[in-house]
Amino acid sequence: MSAAAGLWRQALQRLRRQRMSVAAALLLATIMLACLLLPLLSPYDYFTPHFELLSRGPMLAGGHILGTDPLGRDLLLRVMWGCRISLAVGVAASLVSVLIGVSWGATAGYVGGATDALMMRAVDILYSVPFVPFVIVLTVLFGRELWLIFLAIGAVSWLDIARIVRGETLSLKQREFIEAARVSGVRGAAMIARHIVPNLIGIVIIYATLAIPTVILFEAFLSFLGLGVQSPLASLGSLVADGTSEMQSHPHLLIVPALFLAAIIYCFNYLGDGLRDALDPRDR
Amino acid sequence: MNAAAAPDPSALLVVRELTVTYRVSIRGGHALLRAVNDVSFELARGETLGLVGESGSGKSTIARALLRLVPAESGVALFHGTDLLALSGASLQAMRRHLQLIFQDPLASLDPRMRIADILAEPLRVFEPQLTGRQRQQRVLAIARAVGLAAAHLHRYPHEFSGGQAQRIGIARALIIEPELIVCDEPLSALDVSIKSQISNLLKDLQRELQLSLLFISHDLAAVRFSCDRVLVLYLGRVMETAGCDTLFSAARHPYTRALMRAAPIPDPIAARKRRSAPLEGEVPSPLFAPSGCVFRTRCPMAVERCAREIPLLRQVGASLVACHRAEEVDD
Amino acid sequence: MSAGPAGPDALDAPPLRIRRLSVSYATDHGRIEAVRDIDIDVAAGEFLGIVGESGSGKTQLLLSVLGLSAPRAELGGSIRYRQQELLRLDSAALNQVRGNRISMVFQDPMTALNPYLRVGIQITEVLRVHRGASARAAEQRAIDMLQSVHIPDAQRRMRQYPHELSGGMRQRVMIAMALIAEPEILLADEPSTALDVTVQAQILSLFQELRARTGTAIVLVTHDLGVIAEVADRVAVMYAGRIMEQAPVHELFARPRHPYTEALQQSIPRIDAARPARLPSIAGTPPDPASLPPGCAFAPRCIYRMPVCDAVAPPLLEDSPGHWKACHHDGALGKLRGQAA
Repeated sequence: MSAAAGLWRQALQRLRRQRMSVAAALLLATIMLACLLLPLLSPYDYFTPHFELLSRGPMLAGGHILGTDPLGRDLLLRVMWGCRISLAVGVAASLVSVLIGVSWGATAGYVGGATDALMMRAVDILYSVPFVPFVIVLTVLFGRELWLIFLAIGAVSWLDIARIVRGETLSLKQREFIEAARVSGVRGAAMIARHIVPNLIGIVIIYATLAIPTVILFEAFLSFLGLGVQSPLASLGSLVADGTSEMQSHPHLLIVPALFLAAIIYCFNYLGDGLRDALDPRDR
Repeated sequence: MNAAAAPDPSALLVVRELTVTYRVSIRGGHALLRAVNDVSFELARGETLGLVGESGSGKSTIARALLRLVPAESGVALFHGTDLLALSGASLQAMRRHLQLIFQDPLASLDPRMRIADILAEPLRVFEPQLTGRQRQQRVLAIARAVGLAAAHLHRYPHEFSGGQAQRIGIARALIIEPELIVCDEPLSALDVSIKSQISNLLKDLQRELQLSLLFISHDLAAVRFSCDRVLVLYLGRVMETAGCDTLFSAARHPYTRALMRAAPIPDPIAARKRRSAPLEGEVPSPLFAPSGCVFRTRCPMAVERCAREIPLLRQVGASLVACHRAEEVDD
Repeated sequence: MSAGPAGPDALDAPPLRIRRLSVSYATDHGRIEAVRDIDIDVAAGEFLGIVGESGSGKTQLLLSVLGLSAPRAELGGSIRYRQQELLRLDSAALNQVRGNRISMVFQDPMTALNPYLRVGIQITEVLRVHRGASARAAEQRAIDMLQSVHIPDAQRRMRQYPHELSGGMRQRVMIAMALIAEPEILLADEPSTALDVTVQAQILSLFQELRARTGTAIVLVTHDLGVIAEVADRVAVMYAGRIMEQAPVHELFARPRHPYTEALQQSIPRIDAARPARLPSIAGTPPDPASLPPGCAFAPRCIYRMPVCDAVAPPLLEDSPGHWKACHHDGALGKLRGQAA
C-alpha cells in the first residue's frame, strides 16, 4: 500500500537527504552494535584484574587493542560496557521522561484553565529544586543503585518535555481538525489519545533524541563526581573520571572513553537536528 | 425586544435573542466584545438559510454558539423544542449527532495523521458504537460514494488530496451520522473557481435528497443566491435584513444589503460597468467600539440623527424584515 | 511564433514585452514548470487582467518580471522592459527598475510591510533610495501620496505602525508605496482578495482612478473573473502555466473562444440573474504541476476534447484581431450550458 505510511516515508526521505544526520545515525548504530556484540565475543571481561598487564598503552599488550587500565583490565571492553551503561541510562531515562512529560503536558494543555495552571506550577516548583543535592540525598538514602540513577534523571528531565508538549498542545487545540472532532462528538481522553498525541509524535521524537545526550552527559557528570555506577561496573563518565587521575602517565585512559562519549553525544545531537528538519511540520 | 414574528411551528430551529460575548485582552486589561447581539431567526426543515456579512458580522460565531463550540451569553436556540444552549453532559452529546459542521478550510479540518477511512468512521464510533467493524466499513464506503470519492481514496492521508476532494471528505464526515442540520461555514471560499461549482452542486443535491436543513455562512452573495432559500444579512453582530432569496436580490430594503450587492463583482463587464456607483466608504468598525444606535450608521449614506439615538428594530417592510428607520425610503 | 497584440516594430512599442517565458524549479516531487512558454505585452497605460486558479502560474509570472522568483528557479525566454532585458540584468541594475519603473502590490500587505517600522519611513524609502530626495521633500511627497489614495488624516498615519491600520488602509499604504516613484507599470497580485467585499470595491475603484490620473499601466492578477470584468481592459486566461486565451475584456466575456474560459465564466453564479437549478461545472481537478499531460493541459477536463488534444499542445494563435486562443477546437462553443440544464 503506497500511502500506508505516507507521512513517515516522506520524513524518512527528507532525513536521508541530510548527510550529517545519516552519518551520525550510521556511527551510532555501529557503536551500539559494537557495545552489544564485543563483550560477547571478547575473550576478556570487564571485572577480572590482570596484575601482569597494568596500564598498558594501545597495541602494546598482545590482544588488548586499546590497552589496559590500572588493574590490567581490557580497556576496549570496559569502554564497551561503559557505552552500554551510558546508552541504557540515556534511552531509559529519556523514555521515562517522554512518558511522563507527554501525558502531563498534553493533559495540562488540553484541559486548560485551573488544571493547567496547577499542573504547570508543579513543574515550575520541580524546576527550582537544586538537582545535584537532590541526587546526593537520594544516593545517601538508598545507596548507589543503577535504577536510582534512571529514576532520578528521568524524574527531572520530563519537565522540559512537559513544557514543550503543553505549548504544542495549546496550538493544536486551535487547529480546525480538533474543532471538527469535537463536532463529531469526540471528548476528553479519546480526544487526547486519538488526535492530540499522534500529532505530537514528531516533536516528541525530536526532543527525546535531543534529551538522550543531555541525560548521558548528566550521568557522566554524576559518575565523574562519584555518584554514578558502582565499580567494577563502569559508565563512560566513570571511565573518564578514572582516566583523569592517570592522564599524565597514561593519557589513553582518558582519551579513549572521552572520544566515545563525545562521539555518542555528537551523533545524537546531529540526528536530533536532522529529525527536527525532517519531522517538524512548521518547516514544511 | 424583537419584532420578529411568532415562531413558525414547522421550524426545525428557532433562535431567539442570541447574544455571544467574548472576553478579549486589550492594552491594560480585558474588554467585552459583543460578537453576536440579539439575533433571532428560524430555520425550517429542508430549508437553506444564508448568513451573509463581512468580517466582524458574527456569522461564524452564531454557528459556533449553536454547535456549543463557544458559549452563548444569553438567548435560546430551540431545536425540536429543546434549548441547545441549555444542554450539558450526555444530553448535549446526544444532540451533537443531529448538528454537524462543514469547514471553510477543508484540509485544516482533517487530522493529518489519520487515514480518510478513520476520519469518516470516527463519528460512527462515537454515536453508533453498536456497529460491527464490517457495518462501519460499509457505511463509510456508502457515504464516500455519495460525495464522489473512490474506495481507493479511503486508505490515503489528507495531505494527498486537493482542496476540492478534501471538502468532499469534510462533507462526508458531516453526513455519515445522518444529521438533520448542517452548518456550512464558508464551504466554498477556500476552493478553486473550477471546483466551487462542483461542490455547490454537490451540496445542493445532497440537501434535496436528504431533506437537510442548512445554515450556509458566506461572504459571497452570488454563492448565497445559488444555494439559499432565505438570507439573513448581518453587520457587526446584528441582523440588518432578512428575506427570501428572490425578494432580497430583487428588492433589498436595507442600505447595507444594497451596498453589499453593489460591491459584489459580476462576471460580465457590461453589467458590471453599467451599475458603477461610488462604493460604500470606510471599513467595518471594530466590534469593541460599535457605534450607538444603528451599528451601520457610520457608513450609511442615508444616516440621520435618529440613527445614532435609536436602535432600529426588525420590522416588516414589503416582503422583508428590515432593521432600518428609513427602509421605506430605499428606492426599488 | 508571432508576437503579441502589438507587432515588434510598432512605433508605440509596448513598454513591457514578454517572450517565450518559462519558469521552472525542482521540488521534492519533481520538476515543476510553473510558467510555460508565455508571450504577452503590457501596453502603456493599459489595465491588463490575468486570471487563473491556484497553480496556474499567474503569480510566478508577475514575480519573474521583478526578478523575485525563488532562488533556485530557472528562467528561460525574454522579459524586455524598454531597451533592457530584465532576465540578464545584475541585481544593482534590476533594483533601478524594481520599485522605480515597475512596482508591485502584494495580496497580504501585512507580510509585505515591515511590522517594526513606521508607515512613513517605509513609504519614503523608495524616494530616498532611488531619487536621493531630502527627508523633508520625501515626507511631503509621501503625505500627498497617502492623500491621493484617500487615506484620511495622512500626517498622523505616517507615524503609525502597520498593525495600527485596518486591512483596507494597509492595502492603500501598499499602493501609495508602489506608486510614489511614479512607475510606468504597476503589478498587483490578488490585491483585494483578503479584503471585505465593500473594501474590495473601494480598492478596485482606486486602481481605476489612479490609472486614469497617472497613466500607469496596471497588471492585475486574480482568480476572480468578476474582478476582471469590473476593471480590466484586456484579459489573459492562464491554466497550468500557459495562456489559454487573451482578448479585450468585452470580447472575452461576450465571445469566449477557449473551452476553459467558457467553463469558468459559466460556472460562476451571478447575483444579477435568476438562479439555475445546477451550475454548469468543470469536471475533475487542475493537473499536478509536476506531471502535466503531454498535450493540452486542459484536455482531460475538456468537453470538446479530440484525439489531437492529448498529443499536441495547441499554440496561442490569433483567432480574430486582438483575440488569441490556444485550442485545437475550431467549432462553436456553447455545449456546456446545454449540458447543465
